[in-house]
Amino acid sequence: MPAAATPLSPQRRRFLMDTARMAGGCALAGGALAWLGHEARALPAEALRPPGALPEADFLAACIRCGLCVRDCPYDTLALAELGEDGPATGTPFFTAREVPCEMCDDIPCVAACPTAALDPALTDIDAARMGSAVLVDQENCLNFLGLRCDVCYRVCPVIDAAITLEPSHNERSGHHAIFAPTVHAEHCTGCGKCEKSCVLPEAAIKVLPLRLARGAPAAHYRKGWEEMEEHGGPLVEGIIDLPDRLPGPGTDTRAAPGGFEPSFRLPGAPVPGAGE
Amino acid sequence: MTARTHLPVGEEAIRLKGWWRAHRFLLLRRLSQAFFLGLFLLGPWFGLWWVAGTLAGSRSFGILPLTDPMVLAQSLVAGHLPELTALIGALIVLAAYALIGGRVYCSWVCPINPVTDAAHWLHARLGLQKGWQPKRHTRLWLLAMVLVVSALTGTIAWEVVNPITMLHRGLVFGMGFAWALVALVFFFDLLVSRRGWCGHLCPVGAFYGLLGTHSLLRVSATRRAACDDCMECFAVCPENHVIAPALRGAPGKTPLILSPDCTNCGRCVDVCSVNVFEFTHRFDQHVEVLPPPDRSGTTAA
Ligand code: SF4
Ligand code: SF4
Ligand code: SF4
Ligand code: SF4
Ligand code: SF4
Repeated sequence: MPAAATPLSPQRRRFLMDTARMAGGCALAGGALAWLGHEARALPAEALRPPGALPEADFLAACIRCGLCVRDCPYDTLALAELGEDGPATGTPFFTAREVPCEMCDDIPCVAACPTAALDPALTDIDAARMGSAVLVDQENCLNFLGLRCDVCYRVCPVIDAAITLEPSHNERSGHHAIFAPTVHAEHCTGCGKCEKSCVLPEAAIKVLPLRLARGAPAAHYRKGWEEMEEHGGPLVEGIIDLPDRLPGPGTDTRAAPGGFEPSFRLPGAPVPGAGE
Repeated sequence: MTARTHLPVGEEAIRLKGWWRAHRFLLLRRLSQAFFLGLFLLGPWFGLWWVAGTLAGSRSFGILPLTDPMVLAQSLVAGHLPELTALIGALIVLAAYALIGGRVYCSWVCPINPVTDAAHWLHARLGLQKGWQPKRHTRLWLLAMVLVVSALTGTIAWEVVNPITMLHRGLVFGMGFAWALVALVFFFDLLVSRRGWCGHLCPVGAFYGLLGTHSLLRVSATRRAACDDCMECFAVCPENHVIAPALRGAPGKTPLILSPDCTNCGRCVDVCSVNVFEFTHRFDQHVEVLPPPDRSGTTAA
């Protein structure tokens, strides 16, 4: 029997209508929910995740917002985000370095407490944590850069001399002092935030930022010649000729610089380059 | 009949059974709700860390893990395989509610229940209209929607708005604007839809309902022959469509309330002046044979 010959029974029509309505409603509600969830994804820069936290997208699939990590942190570092007051997704744990930094407990109780592995139990050495990375954001106000010996951020660092070092350089302004520049080495910095917390300025000159903000990324094809050479134990191409090094000369004229080109033709009466006035 | 419906619900049970017996399960239920919340507050308020965490996931006495299976289900479909601790915690919770009735969570544990009950009480006091009544299975659709959105977005989607965990977390950890969501549920139930949130929308309730489909603990209309049609049980039951099949069932039909929507709140047991209902297990088919009740004028007030 052709389908057109069976008129829809009222019940069936009603059923189809109801189903369509319900599906439509749910699609709308689902869209709204997905949108809200998407909004909640953007972790603000000052909010840092606890040690061992999975990358943000995975973390949001893993953290059930139980707060056990918060409860087991002995330093009250962690807090659960509250709806409408904190930036991170509501109910998820975070800390703010300038308020209470992470003390980098050896036994990492927050990770041990997490029942879901949102904080990765593979993290057993706290020095391997990457909660973020410190960045000396303001050289103009950093006391060490002004030529003073503040050094506080350097001295509080639990990974002192690896995560942060003082790089001396000549102080041009005074002429006979040194500048000890606090310099962060991201490969060792755990992002604990102690430096930011301890910075003596009213607003910290050194800040811990999530890695996505703190760091650039090299293009995949970049090779550093000196590293390649070290790995290889010599130049990669034997007998490669050294190119002339061009150093800046007076103005943009590089001809007089060592290794520059001697002009083959000189106007009569023109000064000899490099001969001085 | 009209005179009866205007009699405050439960008056007759109070008269015949005494106030305490007519409110037994309601009181026990409030105690239980306070107890479960209190357990979580012992730590932050009194430094007694017997139970740490929230309803979403907790640890009792340092070892026993409990995890909300609905939250974990979202995490699983979102693509995260949790640690064993969380999985074991969810299994314990699953087993417990599968045994005693899934929606026991709703009536005895969930912190939103006192809120929706309060809304309903006020609703009845103000004599408001039923309002918008979406289909009961809407919440099943919403449950499916939550899982689909979790899978598509790779997040625990319902936790973005779930008023239950927000209220609980707010009480245990401190509250931001979560009270606004709770107020939303309250006013929704009060002004938009009678018994609207728990009865029609909450996907958590839907989840636990499914979980308790085959649960052991059941309310049975054992003495249904004594029913004098006072309708009080229908008036107090948050899911009153579950009562009729058991109470009005033909002889030989089961007296058990088998619908997974029943929250095992026990209000029907309380409020029935002739003790029709009792808690029993799902294999108990026994019905008391009684002389037909006097339906003439026992209750003309
Ligand atoms: S490592 Fe210690 S101080 Fe840092 S968040 Fe974890 S528990 Fe707290
Ligand atoms: S313990 Fe793990 S699941 Fe619980 S709030 Fe902390 S990170 Fe999330
Ligand atoms: S955040 Fe600061 S204190 Fe912590 S490891 Fe990095 S440099 Fe050191
Ligand atoms: S239906 Fe939802 S809100 Fe209502 S009591 Fe159950 S879980 Fe709680
Ligand atoms: S049938 Fe009884 S126990 Fe079940 S929800 Fe209704 S009042 Fe509560």
